[in-house]
Amino acid sequence: MKKVLVLFAHPKFEKSRANNVLVNYIKDKEGVTFHDLYEEYPDFHIDVPFEKKLLAEHDVIIWHHPMYWYSCPPLLKQWIDMVLEFNWAYGPEGKALSSKICLNTITTGGNKELYCTQGTNSYTITEFLRPFEQTANLCLMHYQKPFTVMGTYKLSDEDLKIYGENYSMLIDQLQSKEAIVTT
Amino acid sequence: MTGSLLFDAIVFLLGAIICVSIAKRLGLSSVLGYLIAGVLIGPYVLGFIGEEGEDILHFAEFGVVVMLFLIGLEIEPKNFWNMRKSIAGMGGLQVAGSMILSYLFFILLNFDWKVALVISMAVALSSTAIAMQTIDEKGLMETTFGNSAFSILLFQDIIVIFMLGAIPLLSNSDSEAAIDSHEASGNLLDGLPMGYQTLAIILSVVLIIGAGQYLIVPMLRRVAKTGVRELLFASALLIVFSISYLMEYVGLSPALGAFLGGVVLSSSEYKHELESNLEPFKNLLLGLFFIAVGASINFVVIAKIPLTIGGILLAVILIKALILFSTGKVFKLKLDQNLLLTFSLAQIGEFAFVLLSFAFQLNILDQEQMDIMLVITALTMSITPIISIINERFILPKIGTKESIKRPMDHIAKSQNVILVGFGHFGSTVGRFLRSHGIEATILDQDSNRVDVLRKMGFEVYYGDATRLELLEAAGIAQAKILICAIDNPPVTLEITKLVKEKYPHVELMIRAQNRNDAYELLNMGFENIYRESLDTSLSLAKDVLSKLGFRKYTLNRQVQNFIKYDETSLRRLAAEPKGNEDYIFKVRKELEEQERLLEEDFKRGIVEYDNHWDSESIREVLKDQQNNNSSSTN
Repeated sequence: MKKVLVLFAHPKFEKSRANNVLVNYIKDKEGVTFHDLYEEYPDFHIDVPFEKKLLAEHDVIIWHHPMYWYSCPPLLKQWIDMVLEFNWAYGPEGKALSSKICLNTITTGGNKELYCTQGTNSYTITEFLRPFEQTANLCLMHYQKPFTVMGTYKLSDEDLKIYGENYSMLIDQLQSKEAIVTT
Repeated sequence: MTGSLLFDAIVFLLGAIICVSIAKRLGLSSVLGYLIAGVLIGPYVLGFIGEEGEDILHFAEFGVVVMLFLIGLEIEPKNFWNMRKSIAGMGGLQVAGSMILSYLFFILLNFDWKVALVISMAVALSSTAIAMQTIDEKGLMETTFGNSAFSILLFQDIIVIFMLGAIPLLSNSDSEAAIDSHEASGNLLDGLPMGYQTLAIILSVVLIIGAGQYLIVPMLRRVAKTGVRELLFASALLIVFSISYLMEYVGLSPALGAFLGGVVLSSSEYKHELESNLEPFKNLLLGLFFIAVGASINFVVIAKIPLTIGGILLAVILIKALILFSTGKVFKLKLDQNLLLTFSLAQIGEFAFVLLSFAFQLNILDQEQMDIMLVITALTMSITPIISIINERFILPKIGTKESIKRPMDHIAKSQNVILVGFGHFGSTVGRFLRSHGIEATILDQDSNRVDVLRKMGFEVYYGDATRLELLEAAGIAQAKILICAIDNPPVTLEITKLVKEKYPHVELMIRAQNRNDAYELLNMGFENIYRESLDTSLSLAKDVLSKLGFRKYTLNRQVQNFIKYDETSLRRLAAEPKGNEDYIFKVRKELEEQERLLEEDFKRGIVEYDNHWDSESIREVLKDQQNNNSSSTN
């Protein structure tokens, strides 16, 4: 069974209904390490060696965060800047993350219609996540399609429950996958 | 002359105060003021002091001794060793050159060779008192000129011992005179053979060094523990007196002994405390010394043979200046520095009084020769400040490098840009953090036990009371950028900060305050950087409490920052408000009222709901409505 690391980054977790549900479905699962960055590093002082050790121990890395200004909250960016070191995560000697699975779990306030060529935001979520995709590529990881929960303000408790179950199922799948087919 | 001691003292003090303040008003050095005061109250003008002039001179030489002790304190043995080349090189060259030239000059004047030799010895020496006082007053100690002058003067202070040793060899082997000198100087060693003399000299030097390490420092520690400040002053005097006495007893220069004592104590934690204790004392004694020099100018001798005196005076100054200038050239001093050196050391020094009267006792000099030379010595000293003024006002501006060239100090304990007062729990945290960033603050603390421990751990800590300007000055406040006041006694904090703000407005003050009320007072006095010791810690505790109660750490972290910001603004706002009658009895109640008022304000303003970015209810509502409208319109 593959081990899953959920790098959760939400500055206002206590106020997020959708994320509370999602996290409750997956945080205690077997083989899942739920790592709450804003709780761990309230002062943005990231313990890089510890983070590298965590990454090494896991096969699946999930960047779980709300969409803030078409990107992630600042602490996750800080995490990327600090932890993914040259010649460790990338560069000629940088093989530490190679062939790990990587994906984003995204929540957005706006619904799906806003994220398309006709919508206010002009681009799709996948397009906005290109920097993450390329980061994963550079680190020789296998980047998967994001898990998205959109229009969170409008979702009923029942809707959210379904999303939670789906998130849990996705993690089951990722854990049982033998190998990832690269395209 | 009434003969009353009090009357004499009044004459001296009044003369000094009037003349020095006039001199200072005119932008002249204080030395000149003292000298003029001496001339005025001396036997030839107002006649307040007559024959006692010489006794006073003898007593006032103690000022020179104290000064050398203080100079010694500034020099750590290591630095002294580093300076050995410039001391021996420049000093040796200067003394040798001056002696040869003046010897030839006095031979030309048909003096006996022995007389010429003794006089040339006297001429070679410059006045440490005058030169150092001027250098200090102008703050030039750290310049190349200051260093060079210092090296030369130090060499002279050492060489004078050998001169005093050599003069008896020139004596006309008149047994009566030898007995006279014995009676007069009362040295222990005069009757002893040469070998024993040398041994006694070496022994006394060893004694001073040993006593410094094993007797004086432990004594100072004990005295410091009593907390009685005047005992430290008494100890400082005791040290200087004892060393001088010992040196005089074995026939060495007391000034050199005091210097040596200073060097021995320079690495102790009491360095700055001793300095600040003796500094005012030194200045007064030196003032007395200058007055005595002024008073001892014998105008009768001058009136008798004005041309001879004038001629010799001019020749002596020219010879000294020429040699000093050449020495400066050999050691590659820049022109401006070299001119400063040349003109500030071109006088004959106080040791000449000693050498000449010693030679007179041994019948080498006759009365007339001694009188002439004493007058010339006093005159060269008096002229020096005037020559310096001419040099600074008219010559140096012409060569265009008026600014003295600073170079990194290499022989005086480094004064830091940061001074940290108080190394208790608060100050030590600050100091350690600064140190870990390569900033070594000069630390002042008043707990002698703590000072001991810290020095053992390698911190540069000095014992002393920082409310005293002299101690702050000794710690280098004049060059400091920042003074951190980390002591836990608000009245003392106020005293220090007031003092520094007034005397050294360029120094940035970072002040520890105990609570809001301290902070109010400091703010109202115009201080800006105020750190309430309890603010961060108490919030950090409150933060952890809330975290244990299940609040998110990141949110709490931001709230703490918000709270500090909010509280600082409110502090500044409230400080400006009138506090009313601050009677002690009402203080507690007032504080409670204040707290109540603050809490109420916090509650009204709702700082905990301050941080409303993303996911706030308001945005949520707006978006919900918008989306509902969208979907209803598309449907």
